[in-house]
Amino acid sequence: METSEKNAMEELGISKDYQYGFHDDIKPTFKSRKGLDESVINQMCDIKGEPDWMRQYRLEAYKIFRQKPMTRWGGDLSQLDFDDIYYYVKASDRSERSWDDVPDDIKKTFDRLGIPEAERKFLAGVGAQYDSEVVYHNIVEELDKIGVVFLDTDTAIKEYPDLVKKYFGTIIPSADNQFAALNSAVWSGGSFVYVPPGVKVEYPLQAYFRINSENMGQFERTLIIADEGSQVHYVEGCTAPTFSSESLHSAVVEIVCMKGSRVRYTTIQNWANNVYNLVTKRAFAYEDAQMEWVDGNLGSKLTMKYPSVYMMEPGARGDILSIAFASKGQHQDAGAKVYHCAPHTTSQITSKSISKDGGRSSYRGWVDVAKGAKGCKSHVVCDALILDKHSRSDTYPVIEIGENDTNIEHEARVSKIGEEQLFYLMSRGLSEEEASTMIVNGFIEPLVKELPMEYAVEMNRLIQLQMEGSVG
Amino acid sequence: MANELTIKDLHISVQGNPIIKGLNLSVQQGEIHALMGPNGSGKSTLAKGLMGHPLYEVDSGEVIFDGVDVLELEPNERAKLGLFLAFQYPTAIPGVSLANFLRLAVSAVRGKEANGSEKDGLIPMREFRRELREKMQQLGVDDSFARRYLNDGFSGGELKRAEILQLAMLEPKIAILDETDSGLDIDAVRIVGESVSQLIGPDLGVLIITHYPRLLDYIRPQFVHILLDGRVVESGGWELTQVLEAEGYDPIREKHGIDE
Repeated sequence: METSEKNAMEELGISKDYQYGFHDDIKPTFKSRKGLDESVINQMCDIKGEPDWMRQYRLEAYKIFRQKPMTRWGGDLSQLDFDDIYYYVKASDRSERSWDDVPDDIKKTFDRLGIPEAERKFLAGVGAQYDSEVVYHNIVEELDKIGVVFLDTDTAIKEYPDLVKKYFGTIIPSADNQFAALNSAVWSGGSFVYVPPGVKVEYPLQAYFRINSENMGQFERTLIIADEGSQVHYVEGCTAPTFSSESLHSAVVEIVCMKGSRVRYTTIQNWANNVYNLVTKRAFAYEDAQMEWVDGNLGSKLTMKYPSVYMMEPGARGDILSIAFASKGQHQDAGAKVYHCAPHTTSQITSKSISKDGGRSSYRGWVDVAKGAKGCKSHVVCDALILDKHSRSDTYPVIEIGENDTNIEHEARVSKIGEEQLFYLMSRGLSEEEASTMIVNGFIEPLVKELPMEYAVEMNRLIQLQMEGSVG
Repeated sequence: MANELTIKDLHISVQGNPIIKGLNLSVQQGEIHALMGPNGSGKSTLAKGLMGHPLYEVDSGEVIFDGVDVLELEPNERAKLGLFLAFQYPTAIPGVSLANFLRLAVSAVRGKEANGSEKDGLIPMREFRRELREKMQQLGVDDSFARRYLNDGFSGGELKRAEILQLAMLEPKIAILDETDSGLDIDAVRIVGESVSQLIGPDLGVLIITHYPRLLDYIRPQFVHILLDGRVVESGGWELTQVLEAEGYDPIREKHGIDE
């Protein structure tokens, strides 16, 4: 570490003796103290060298956060202690872990998932050198040529201040909810994507490649702007368990789909079992634009996530496909929200959940049709699969219709793995575990077939891992 | 040496009701047997009981194959031993393609050792595809079958053809066909019957369970058995089907003092 930097840190009162990661015997990194107040936010802005407008934005959001009462719906947040959390870790030091420090069971999981060596190190948060860094730079060069901006949000604020400022917080204002306020106050990392008019990005943009750029943060902030007639598919996360020593992950994702554009946002996340995963995701879709959320949630202690689409102008379309897998000690409170703000808009929500070993999954959905929004169509399908009698599944659908000329359908099904299905597969040589796994994989096939190939393969393997030992 | 499936004094009940009541039957590899009986005689109970369905309780008796006590085994272990059941009502598994399912099933039944060096214990994809294509062509099954979800939205005829395709791929030693002709029109019966007859050879023993002899026009059994009230009451050759055709089950019932 440079001496001047060290001194600067000390002046700012930042502790340098925190040992981030699994092991004591590693380099110190910089972290704010536990808990949150204005001084922590100011420190963060100083270190990041952020413009004043962002500092003001954060401080304003912090005030809102303090004013908001604790969220009392969804899952149980009573164990969440805001004072026991580090809100800022200097990200460039984040990856200073050694592979030897990664617990064996995690290494084994990577092995089972068939993840290449280099990626494993990234996923375990070790090793700053990653082969795909090269790939990433090549992709960025390609994107540059067609005018696409793909940066981490911190860098984007410096390089594209006007563009960021114009849209940042306009889709999800700080006051939207308690966790959006918290994220707005302390966010770091996340992606910024701008696709110019008419440009179609041929391959998925993967947050995967951007490992050294603060992507896997605790409070990441992502903003995607698809200009008129453009197309882009963004993929984040990974099926491998994401290890975090922090217990709160609270991201905000804002998407603007301008006229005639098409955006797909795919998330596959598998958090460690101690993590509260409280994420706000929202898109505005303008005339004839199409927004698709593909969202897979595994792991975590509690996930509360309801990707939403506001259809602002005629012809807009919103599709939300989500899968939740709740295992022992987990509550997946996931769902979707669609707001038909304009006539002739269409939405489709497909929600699938699997509960096992006492896990609980809830579907929480909201379909809203504004007065005067004639000729809207919405189709909601909720399928729950419950693997044993200790597990639980609920649906909490809300439908608010302000317009008679509209077509809303809601279907909900709860099923168990049938004895006949098991017997059939077992009579063909499959063990009970293989048979159950196959049935579950079939159940989530509608999501898996929408995933890029490598994610689909990992997803199936992951289900296999989740199902291991689940059968007596 | 040909193995024999030997059923001795078998008793099976369903939810406490005795259905199979002291059944004796032997089927060798290479032999074709027909087990005929009216509705309610216990045909499907025998089929599911032999394959190990958990709701079909074996109260007493024994089933031996290849020197192994079959009744001690889970259904998948029975499959590995070489038993196969073509279901009367195959169950749909949505989201699972027939090809993916069959690759896992074939790999499981043949055993990891037989599948070469593949790490996951599965039969190599190329080899599997080639074999599947061959069998599909042989049985006149459309290519698109492989990609369809297992039994999901299949017509009656497709369901049975998919069962026969599985039979062909899994290469069992003894196959039990549970009313494979039920619910099929005459053309579909012919297609299924001809498919099965293509698979017949010295390594395959077949037990055709049916209450109607039309499938037997395509697969001519050497042995015919009559099942009434949970027991085999008559055994004979092809001539027995002719008797049934002419007179129905009533004279046999009368002979054995069995009420309808």
